Amino acid sequence: MLDILVSGLLLSGTYALVAMGLNLQYGVARIMNLANGEVLVLGALAAFWLYTTAQISPILTVFLVIPVAFIGNWLIYRFLLRPLVRRSKSQGALEVDSILATFGMSFIFIGIMVSIEGGFFLYKYLSEPISILGSTTSLNRLVAFLLAALIAAALYIWLHYSRPGVAVRAVSVSTEASGLVGINVPRVSALAFALGGTITAVGGALISTFITLDASIGVVFTLKALIIVIMGGVGEIRGAIVAAIILGLVETGVATLVDPGLTLAAAYFIFVIILLFRPQGLFGRRAV
Amino acid sequence: MYRRSLFGLAAALAVAGTSLFAQDMIKIGAIAPKTGPLAGGAVVTQWPNVRLWVEEVNARGGLDVGGEMKMLELIEYDDKTNPGEHIKLAQRLATQDKVDFVVAPYGTGFNIATAPIYGKYGYPMIAVSAITDKMEELTTRYPNLFFTLGTTTAFVDGLKEIMIEQRDAGEIGNEIAMVNVADAFGIELADRARELFGEAGFDIVYDKSYPLGTPDLSPVMKGAKDSGAKAFVAWSYPPDSFGLAEQAIIEDLDVNLYYSAVATSFPAFKGAYGNKINNVLGAGGTDVDNPAIAAYRKAHMDITGEVADYWASANTYASLQILEQAIVGAATLDREVVTQYIKDNSFETVMGELSFTNNFSNTFWSVGQWQDGVFRGVKGSNVIGAVPVRAKSGWSE
Repeated sequence: MLDILVSGLLLSGTYALVAMGLNLQYGVARIMNLANGEVLVLGALAAFWLYTTAQISPILTVFLVIPVAFIGNWLIYRFLLRPLVRRSKSQGALEVDSILATFGMSFIFIGIMVSIEGGFFLYKYLSEPISILGSTTSLNRLVAFLLAALIAAALYIWLHYSRPGVAVRAVSVSTEASGLVGINVPRVSALAFALGGTITAVGGALISTFITLDASIGVVFTLKALIIVIMGGVGEIRGAIVAAIILGLVETGVATLVDPGLTLAAAYFIFVIILLFRPQGLFGRRAV
Repeated sequence: MYRRSLFGLAAALAVAGTSLFAQDMIKIGAIAPKTGPLAGGAVVTQWPNVRLWVEEVNARGGLDVGGEMKMLELIEYDDKTNPGEHIKLAQRLATQDKVDFVVAPYGTGFNIATAPIYGKYGYPMIAVSAITDKMEELTTRYPNLFFTLGTTTAFVDGLKEIMIEQRDAGEIGNEIAMVNVADAFGIELADRARELFGEAGFDIVYDKSYPLGTPDLSPVMKGAKDSGAKAFVAWSYPPDSFGLAEQAIIEDLDVNLYYSAVATSFPAFKGAYGNKINNVLGAGGTDVDNPAIAAYRKAHMDITGEVADYWASANTYASLQILEQAIVGAATLDREVVTQYIKDNSFETVMGELSFTNNFSNTFWSVGQWQDGVFRGVKGSNVIGAVPVRAKSGWSE
């Protein structure tokens, strides 16, 4: 039982890392970023590449990834996505446009990554056993979980107690109303998109220490992130975290008690149940 | 929009060497994954060997086809691990690029799915990365299709022999823990293993499957550990072969026999886990001390910059040698004549002398083992150089 709790919580840390970035991008900047998984894998590739060529610890890589990912994502938003935002007449039109644009972007990212490393990003870092409450797990999972918790806490505090954070939340509620009260919506959106991309890339660098990724696996993470974001409620960091914990615990519980073959089925079952009873997500606001 | 973007990318990825003397060239078409779930395996086993072969042949001045030396021109496409995409590209190879010969696809499902289209244009297909028990049925239906890597039953049998030996030696008991990846490959092997292991008196005390791409394999490994079995068998694919090894190390899985299937033979497996995976068994194997294999592995390293994998790399290269010798031997680019030549003759390859009976080459390794940094063949069919199996003890460096 403790095994399930420990493994499940650690897995949910991974899921939270995957989903928090997309949540900011979709919830605030209104960009349904289908290249989210590829950004995650780019972070993983950076960690793998620096570790295997220069023995740079992935934890250090995280700090290198932060500025690069932030600037990169900001540029993507500024030059590729802003024109879409500007010309779209409605939320629906923007969603369709951004899905198509980021879908195309995901292929470009895959192509770039394949040209750098076509095989598996296989390396070992902190792959030492560690015992928590009598349950064995690996140190790299624990480190990733702690950093995920730290990122989530920092993000939550920033969103709720800082001026720019409040502006971000305001934009997530309504772009029109935020504009009316003097918030620079395009700037806040760009900030949210860049921040979301950064968190995703950092997540990728951390996840790569314990999951073997390759250039093409991004879509798997995009889908997981999407499920978590929709389960938790779009634009809600708390929701994403709670949804990630539910998913992690359910998957581990089912794998241990029932059958590992049913983890995916269980995850989608929970997803459908939540959508049936709370279509706006666990913490989501009802659409007005 | 979707289709167009896919097509544009495929065209961009196509590497079509242009030559003014195209009529003096032999055009070779190769389609295999560079992206998608099977890309990680194909870039280790398939692509480097195709390039190695083309470079080596061209460095020798090309192939002697009826007294005329012809260089090879390689046309390669990425099928994105999508059979539909592969079939479209195969059509393109045959009708637009008009290639003379093709390299068989990567993956069992792909070889079966594309046999009709390649067959329609008469290309001989010397399949390597394809393991199935349905060979007879398939080669009867597609007489252009050849198999070289063995059957499902042979792979399970190889492992069963080892299990019986280790049981007789007192290293393992009757109880085994077995897991498989829930896709066609893992399911077919696990089904066959249930039958054959059962007949041999083994009791599968932990028998579970897990979906491809499971992010956390720790519940699987904890379950296997709790079963108390002294033998662990995983019919796995990359990347879960890596994930399972990692969890086994973390959980300190106490077994004397540990087997994981595909990708255990990849040099990266050793690269990541070092000596912790000493005495781990896996699908495949090779005899690195064999001079032909050693020379091949050196050339592979020199030309592609990568260490060849310890299994299907050599078979892949051998399949290209067969194609090469058949073209030279038949002294024509006529595909029908070359196909018949492959059926009727035997070929000198890095895997030794290979020949086909009912389109099936019965020379292959089935089980290998990491022994002091090298993955050596321990069981196989018509191969020499097998070394004795060692028992696994612990996961320390």
